[in-house]
Amino acid sequence: MVWGMFPCHTLGPLIPVEQRLNAIPCRFYAPKNSGCSEGKGVPDPVRTNAKMSVELDVFVGNTTIMDEEVYQFWLDGYTVNDAVKVRMEGGVLEECEASAEVLRSDTMDQYRTFQMCERLLHSPAKLANQLLFQIPPHRQAMLIERYYTFDGLFVREVLGKKLSKGTKKDLDDVSAKTGVTLKSCRRQFDNFKRVFKVVEELKGPLVENIRQHFLLSDKLARDYAAIVFFANNRFETGKKKLHYLTFQDFAFCAGQLISNWTVGALDNMVEDMDVDLEKEFLQDLKELKILITDKDLLDQHKSLVCTALRGKTKAFNEMEANFKNLSRGLVNIAAKLTNTKDVRDFFIDLVEKFIEPCRSDKWTAGDMRLYLTHYTNSAHILDTFKHQVVWDRYMGVIKSCILKMYHD
Amino acid sequence: MPGKLKAKIVAGRHLPVMDRASDLTDAFVEVKFGNTTFKTDVYPKSLNPQWNSEWFKFEVDDEDLQDEPLQITVLDHDTYSANDAIGKVYIDIDPLLSCEAATVISGWLPIYDTIHGIRGEINVVVKVDLFNDLNRFRQSSCGVKFFCTTSIPRCYRAALVHGFVEELVVNEDPEYQWIDRIRTPRASNEARQRLISLMSGELQRKIGLKVLEMGGNAVVGYLQCFDLEGESGLVVRAIGTACTLDKLIPGTESKETLPSSSSPPPFSPSKPCSRQSSSSDTDLSLTPKMGKTPPPSSPFLTLYFFSDPVYFQEFPFFTLTCFPPGFLVHIGGVVSARSVKLLDRIHNPDEPETRDAWWEEIRQEIKSHAKALGCHAVVGYSESTTICEEVCILSASGTAAMLNPRFMREGCLDAGGSEHSCGFCHIPYDEFNMPFPAQLTYCYHCRRQKVPDVLFTTIDLPAEAAVTGKGCLIQARLCRTKKKAQGEVNATAISNLLPFMEYELHTQLMNKLKLRCMNALFGLRIQISVGENMLLGLASATGVYLSALPAPGGIQITGKTPSDLSYDQHISTMQKRINDTIAMNKELYNIHPLECIEEVVGSPIPDRQRSRLFRSTSESSDELSELDLSHGKKDAFVLEIDDTDAVEDIQSLLTDAPMPAGFYSCNTEVMPGIYNWTSGLQMFTSVRVYRLSNANLTNQGLNKIFTDLCENLLKSLYFKLRSMIPCCLCHLNFTVAVPEEELIQVRRHTPKHTSPILYIFPKNILVRSGENEEQLQFSMELFSSSERCSPLPEVRSRSLRSTRSLPCGAPVTVVKMTPLSFLPRTRIVKYLGIINMFFIRETTSLREEGGVSGFLHSFIAEVFAMVRAHVAALGGNAVVSYSMKECVFMENPNKNQAQCLINVSGDAVIFVRESDQEAIPPLIMSGQPSTTGADGTT
Repeated sequence: MVWGMFPCHTLGPLIPVEQRLNAIPCRFYAPKNSGCSEGKGVPDPVRTNAKMSVELDVFVGNTTIMDEEVYQFWLDGYTVNDAVKVRMEGGVLEECEASAEVLRSDTMDQYRTFQMCERLLHSPAKLANQLLFQIPPHRQAMLIERYYTFDGLFVREVLGKKLSKGTKKDLDDVSAKTGVTLKSCRRQFDNFKRVFKVVEELKGPLVENIRQHFLLSDKLARDYAAIVFFANNRFETGKKKLHYLTFQDFAFCAGQLISNWTVGALDNMVEDMDVDLEKEFLQDLKELKILITDKDLLDQHKSLVCTALRGKTKAFNEMEANFKNLSRGLVNIAAKLTNTKDVRDFFIDLVEKFIEPCRSDKWTAGDMRLYLTHYTNSAHILDTFKHQVVWDRYMGVIKSCILKMYHD
Repeated sequence: MPGKLKAKIVAGRHLPVMDRASDLTDAFVEVKFGNTTFKTDVYPKSLNPQWNSEWFKFEVDDEDLQDEPLQITVLDHDTYSANDAIGKVYIDIDPLLSCEAATVISGWLPIYDTIHGIRGEINVVVKVDLFNDLNRFRQSSCGVKFFCTTSIPRCYRAALVHGFVEELVVNEDPEYQWIDRIRTPRASNEARQRLISLMSGELQRKIGLKVLEMGGNAVVGYLQCFDLEGESGLVVRAIGTACTLDKLIPGTESKETLPSSSSPPPFSPSKPCSRQSSSSDTDLSLTPKMGKTPPPSSPFLTLYFFSDPVYFQEFPFFTLTCFPPGFLVHIGGVVSARSVKLLDRIHNPDEPETRDAWWEEIRQEIKSHAKALGCHAVVGYSESTTICEEVCILSASGTAAMLNPRFMREGCLDAGGSEHSCGFCHIPYDEFNMPFPAQLTYCYHCRRQKVPDVLFTTIDLPAEAAVTGKGCLIQARLCRTKKKAQGEVNATAISNLLPFMEYELHTQLMNKLKLRCMNALFGLRIQISVGENMLLGLASATGVYLSALPAPGGIQITGKTPSDLSYDQHISTMQKRINDTIAMNKELYNIHPLECIEEVVGSPIPDRQRSRLFRSTSESSDELSELDLSHGKKDAFVLEIDDTDAVEDIQSLLTDAPMPAGFYSCNTEVMPGIYNWTSGLQMFTSVRVYRLSNANLTNQGLNKIFTDLCENLLKSLYFKLRSMIPCCLCHLNFTVAVPEEELIQVRRHTPKHTSPILYIFPKNILVRSGENEEQLQFSMELFSSSERCSPLPEVRSRSLRSTRSLPCGAPVTVVKMTPLSFLPRTRIVKYLGIINMFFIRETTSLREEGGVSGFLHSFIAEVFAMVRAHVAALGGNAVVSYSMKECVFMENPNKNQAQCLINVSGDAVIFVRESDQEAIPPLIMSGQPSTTGADGTT
């Protein structure tokens, strides 16, 4: 073999044979360096007593014991010192008459365990059949679920961005902005990237793939699907106008898009999968333009909607006045989606062209639902409009997205 | 006569990346036994190779089968350079050689490398076809079963107990051979691992031969130890108790499965063992050098002995600690012997003779001590060594006892079950010619025989013993400075210090016992370790209040200079504190001995007893209200304060922190006074190393530090396990060491570091969550309805879930590990063989692996993983009587290096949950949310 071909986690300095010559047999008895650092995140134990110091402190159970509270501190990127501080304030000490030293030693032990487990958590399926740690299955599930759980604030910052090294470099800004520790930011970012890489090459339904490969709960798998979907299509989410939207809003929309507009939506055994929007469908959307280009059709549509709405809402006047504008907005979004650039602006367009005008007219959520329902249904009555199927597929998603996004 | 060993390599998984270019590995496997090697094909470019090899067949002598391990090496094929080893698996095939143990080894075993740790796993199948050998001059002893368990294994019945077997083998330590200067650390570690594996195989074979010679078929209480003597060699020695065991037909033993009532089947040591005593040197000419040395025994008991088969044995020693009821007639007390030897004085270090002679000497001494106590046997016997450079202290200890001669003559008797008896407490020695000063009283149980005021033993609490209240862990800790010296001077200094240390440990134990208002110690284990400039003594035992023994008097302090008023005041405040502590401990351990006295009030009690009885009544009535110094003045334990040392002693007596509520601890197998165990258990190993930054400390200063260390360690255990309350730490086993530091000249330049390190290993702690007394009342409901809060159903629900396998891949078998000889609320159905594994781990990238703690943490985790994997491969689901015998740690942070050696042993078993009616339908259980964070399962 060639020097240096070790797996990275075992890579250490290679000692040439000659160097050992005068080191034996007492290669382990030598003066100690006062500052023998502990390396890799676990800091040196603090010398608490003038007369003695803890050199080594290890506690290993046959069943690996983990404190969920400490696990959370570790995930949140707390240093051992900070975690000890927080735990002390939390009052564990009074409960058990323990000293700060005890708490510190416990925290260090747990941190070490988590660090050793981290490698396994990167491919959760391994956790179940590895032999190093005996962890009861429900604990394994907890470990995985918590490891892959992310901060809503953090994910909002990177949603739709390319999961690249460049983005990772900017994480310290994100950390400063969101108040999430850099360590935690990196973990979350790496999780996104890892999931993205794995599912990128897989066939079949996205959510199911994520759930099976990372053994996540349905909810979390869906969230990851959304993140992957956003990262893949590079949807713009960072504009100021979109700031009011939470991750859950976007996740919901992503879910809608994935289950209705992708190739997998129609036939989940198809080669390509859920990550890309269906090209043909996007092409077909162009046909919808007739709704705004054909003057008759537009008027007819408007009168049908107005008839249906009259007397049912306070905002009727505004709806009637804005109908053409709004309809143009929605149909134009549809028509432009063949363009990758416009796909990216999908959400900003929805907000600018539709949600903002309605909000300035003080529509209620109920008004919105009413309007969109009738707007969608009325198109079916138009006799010259032939693209009912595409229309339904489009409006179904648009309606639920707008309803989700229509809030302050 | 040959046997045929067959091995098949099925597959590998999680292999490390050996080729950076492709991120893959071209792995193949070498299977080696003795001098024969087979190879599999190369499975190219995979981290999960599927070799599915043919059966590799080795035709070998059964002698080799016993000695040699099967060695499996996984390598990465390299076209242009030498193939790189990924790692190795050593498989001890001994379990396959006994027809009653395992029949096949099959499963995923971790691939282990001494530099990188575990690197993936390999799936192998190993079988042995053994041909019967009736050759009477054979050198092998296939079929002799070995058990680490120090009681008769659960699914066996002892037909005969033959007696003591011992053996010792010596070899040159590969680490100290000249060749070690040119080979890689990996090669040197592997040579060492292999050698020790070979030596323990040889040792077992030789002991097996002795057993066969004696007519037995098994060794119980097998205790194997390594002495890493350094230059003078590597010694592997073992002791055990030879027995003839009959397998119980399943079903017949079911009546005694409850741990509380269970006791090993009765056994009948009989017949002088066929091994002739070489020289009937029963003359006690050997003057003991140290140890508790009672005067020679009176000849009065000798007649009694002649009818006793045990008497004819050269060493009537039993490594067992647990006996059937009625087997122990009387217990005399703890006997121990120590001897200091110089390793560089061995004439021919490669031969075992010198060491054999050393041990022989010690055993003779033990035997004579036992005699002095009027006893003919020693039970709970164990041996140990501690080595510091060329000085070696050999120690042996046990409990002198009288065994029932009736048992031996009439063979197997079914003694009357769980009835309490007090016989073992009665003194075996002559009342008028006592070997040591003791206050004798009439037994509080039967009122007929004399009992001593306190009883120290190394065995477990006999099942028939009546106990008042609960037990607790009692520790005596002692640190003595010693001048740095070489050779003979050093040895003399040490051997002069030893008796004082033993005396002081004894005093400490006695004081602490009194302070807890208890009168007996069980499972006493005294460890003395030598460092360069200090000696450490650590004695641990489980204190109990035996109902048959008299109530301990209080502790009374007297000053020598009563003139000074403030001094008197000081003493009386101290006295008050002590009395308060005693009263508090009585409450804590629930010791209210009055009840048991009252129930026998009707029986004729001698006057002296009566007066005593009344006094104790009054004592307890006013113990809280006022300070009554008069109580127990006659038999109170008097501490005289004549200097500051004594003050310190008393201070330290009182500084033992009380256990947090809900915790119990003991170092015996069962906690006296608690009987309602759940099946949830968790085994831990914890290691701490401290560096003392100033070696110029006084004895008191060191003592204080040492005590604090032990206390801190216990505190941190309690903290860690707080989620399991109520729980009991059983078999708490402490080990201390003061590792030697060579290169003195270098250290002189940096006086800051001329300090010894203390290692403390509380090894093999078992935590059992037990319900407390209050919950006991509900235990009946527990069985019928699924109680919410109790840990019992929860644990079961978890294991049910775990067996219901995840869809992806085969789930890993859950293997429980416990230092106990049984698993509560379960039944052991089969013993699969002994597990005896030795590992070395070395690193040259200490910092990168997370420092010393990170290194050791992962190594211990790896050792656990390998033990579990081997047990699972044998088809087992638990290891009982598990112990980590050796854990030697060396580091050199300057070179970024560290090395650690670990030796573990235990019995692989299959257990089943106790009864089916207990099993709650899985549907109900799986729907239940797991409430607490208690990790009950092991």
